[in-house]
Amino acid sequence: MQIKPILSALRRHKSGTILIALQIALTLAIVCNALFIVHERVDKVNRTTGLDETNLIAVSNDYVGAPEDFTPIMKTDLQTLRSLPGVVDAYVTNSYPLRQGGWSTGVQTDPDSTKQGISTALYFGDEHALKTLGVRLIAGRNFNAGEVVTVGRQQQPGTAQVIVTKALADKVFPDGNALGKVIYLAKGKPSTIIGIIEKLTTPWIQNDFVEGDYVTIMPVMFNSSFQQFLIRTQPGQQDAVFKAVPPALYASNRMRVLPEKVGIRKFEDVRRRAYDADRGMAILMSVVCGVLLAITAAGIVGLSSFWVGQRRKQIGVRRALGARRSDILSYFMTENFLIALVGVVVGVILAVGLSQWMFTHFEMKRLSLTYVAIGVVALLALGQAAVFAPALRASRVSPVEATRSV
Amino acid sequence: MFSYYLQLGLRSLRRNPVLTGLMVMAIGFGVAASMTTYSVFRATSRDPIPQKSSQLYNTQLDNWGPDRIEKGEPPQALSYKDATALLRAHKAKRQTVTYPIGVSVIPDNAGRLPIREGAYATGADFFPMFDVPFLQGGGWTLEDDEKHASVVVIAKSLNDKLFDGGQSVGKQLNLDGHLYRITGVIEDWAPQPLFFDVPNTGGFDEGAKVYVPFNRAVDLKLPNAGNNSCVAEPGEGWDNYLRSECIWLSLWSELPSKAEAETYRQYIQGYAADQQRAGRFSWAPNVKVRDVMTWLDVQHVVPKESQVSLIVSLGFLVICLVNTIGLLLAKFMRRAPEIGVRRALGASRKDIYAQFLIEAGTIGVAGGVLGLLLTGVGILGVGLVFPEPVARLAKLDPVLILLTLVVAIVASLIAAFYPTWRAAQVQPAWQLKSN
Repeated sequence: MQIKPILSALRRHKSGTILIALQIALTLAIVCNALFIVHERVDKVNRTTGLDETNLIAVSNDYVGAPEDFTPIMKTDLQTLRSLPGVVDAYVTNSYPLRQGGWSTGVQTDPDSTKQGISTALYFGDEHALKTLGVRLIAGRNFNAGEVVTVGRQQQPGTAQVIVTKALADKVFPDGNALGKVIYLAKGKPSTIIGIIEKLTTPWIQNDFVEGDYVTIMPVMFNSSFQQFLIRTQPGQQDAVFKAVPPALYASNRMRVLPEKVGIRKFEDVRRRAYDADRGMAILMSVVCGVLLAITAAGIVGLSSFWVGQRRKQIGVRRALGARRSDILSYFMTENFLIALVGVVVGVILAVGLSQWMFTHFEMKRLSLTYVAIGVVALLALGQAAVFAPALRASRVSPVEATRSV
Repeated sequence: MFSYYLQLGLRSLRRNPVLTGLMVMAIGFGVAASMTTYSVFRATSRDPIPQKSSQLYNTQLDNWGPDRIEKGEPPQALSYKDATALLRAHKAKRQTVTYPIGVSVIPDNAGRLPIREGAYATGADFFPMFDVPFLQGGGWTLEDDEKHASVVVIAKSLNDKLFDGGQSVGKQLNLDGHLYRITGVIEDWAPQPLFFDVPNTGGFDEGAKVYVPFNRAVDLKLPNAGNNSCVAEPGEGWDNYLRSECIWLSLWSELPSKAEAETYRQYIQGYAADQQRAGRFSWAPNVKVRDVMTWLDVQHVVPKESQVSLIVSLGFLVICLVNTIGLLLAKFMRRAPEIGVRRALGASRKDIYAQFLIEAGTIGVAGGVLGLLLTGVGILGVGLVFPEPVARLAKLDPVLILLTLVVAIVASLIAAFYPTWRAAQVQPAWQLKSN
């Protein structure tokens, strides 16, 4: 291959060469970091919650006034909701996956331990909770109605029975056999694990408070004005139930507030809202990548065309001396490849450097090398694609050009 | 000469519309991406109360112990015990505690549904301290605080809903079945970032429509609607909660001079030392007294997304500039013969500089106009990328418009500098000979 003459020709076009290489390097650095961010966010957005999210409705409810005991009105509301046509089941809780607000507490196996236990998210519910959520019980049994207790605002809940996720069961009892074991979620209050569910995530998407899918469900009615109802509807009935819920609740008791926007939501909306920032970031980074690649390609086309224009005479001479069209074509393709190669080498260093910098400043994950590899291949291919049209034009230069004076 | 060069420039740009379009687009996109993300960054990093931010201080003190806090940073808020003790000591010109509550307004008209509003329990000093703008009446008095009076300040939009925007000072307001006397109506005031309640809002929130006295709220046991962190079980009931080490209250102080701030800091330090001596803390005093901007910085109010996207778009602008340098170089060097002729006819290097920089400046202006349009589109689209409370803060104001144009023109002149220098270096003799 004619690499040597290409190199000596490039030496006479230092600035143009450097500019293209620099542009490829910078583009690579930004594009692989941006694509990595997109990947990370899309992964996050696609994470499952463990519950059956179709045909699920979430109601956020605030009772007005200050009775001593909210549980009678909560029970009435549950009856109202469960008897609505199209409703499969409903229960009342403090929080649910993707709600972005909830409770966490430490799990202890030793009642006297003073260490910080493994953090678990805490959901309240009754015997209807599992059916409404659509989670699968893989061991043990569900709660029964007699086990549900009332807990006051300032009380630390610690019921005699709890249901936990498999992730939490395995974490606390690495040997398995968590079923039937006793854990402590409040000091001096033993809780027996009566059931294990396959999967359920915490209310938070950041995992700031709880490290994994560590969730505990307690058979609790929480005596407070602020409650969340979850309602499972029959397939196709979600819209009808969605419309029927507010009037039914107000008809039962008007001293309540269903806040604007979050008062009643289909679970799709809960999910969309939870991941707003992540989805936005993914969109922004994708757009930036697209425009960036387009601009870099356009830049290569522009500069290569200029070079071809500048060297028409030389091309003509080569053609007159017997070079075939394919020789000219491959000359320009190779030239671009060599420049791009230098660009991607520098670009890889920049990309890793940028990723390292973002890692220390923004606690972002470190760039995976797969993305660097993808970026390298993409930019080399982009360079070749961009140079193809000008190179083709160069190959069509007629040998006669050699004899022209301009 | 300027208009002649401008004409030459325009003619040259028109001769090669694709290349020109490419450059204008590169500058336009680069500038628009940077300016759109900058508008979000600017909104999230701004000073919410510029006239006073250096006189307002948040107080933190470690009541949990070094093992239970991270990186030596005291908890974000104070316990009731500490907050009220510091309030009683009254070592600042003005000071107030706040905590968020949720209230339901029960309209007099029985036919209307209750309205849920975000609210704060706070002290009389809150209003003059934070320069809260009143439309009617004023805040309640320190005397009201002492008497645990049932008084309330409401915001304009609630006044509009309940009293059709009319005079409401002195009227009664029913909140969850308790009556309060309205002392004033404020504008829908919510400085962004909401500096006085970062722990519960993250800094961006619509703010509250109702303010009630802290002492009254505690009497009524109005639960804290924000974060509540405890390191030990507080025990049953409200009184145990007040006695606990749970943290839920923000304490803000107005300290007009640096000297006063230092004295105050020493007082807090001394208070923590007293607690250590009394055996309540088994660790050395760890207190922080921070002004508004330091507090916002430490709390990382500017979203990570905003910073990352600003950096990425600045990188994008740099690439667009490199691209423009290359294209301008190609364009200018193609005209080497023309430059040679001009130089041979007596044009100085300075003339060549002027001619080509003016040409590049035109591209900058065109790129700036395109960038401005795209920035407008970008700001409309900010809602797709950033959460609503942050997105609504990004605005295209005159400062941003000017900045966009300036950045575009400066950027294109920087990009033009090297190609112009190369153009000015063209040797007339060599060009004439080769022709």
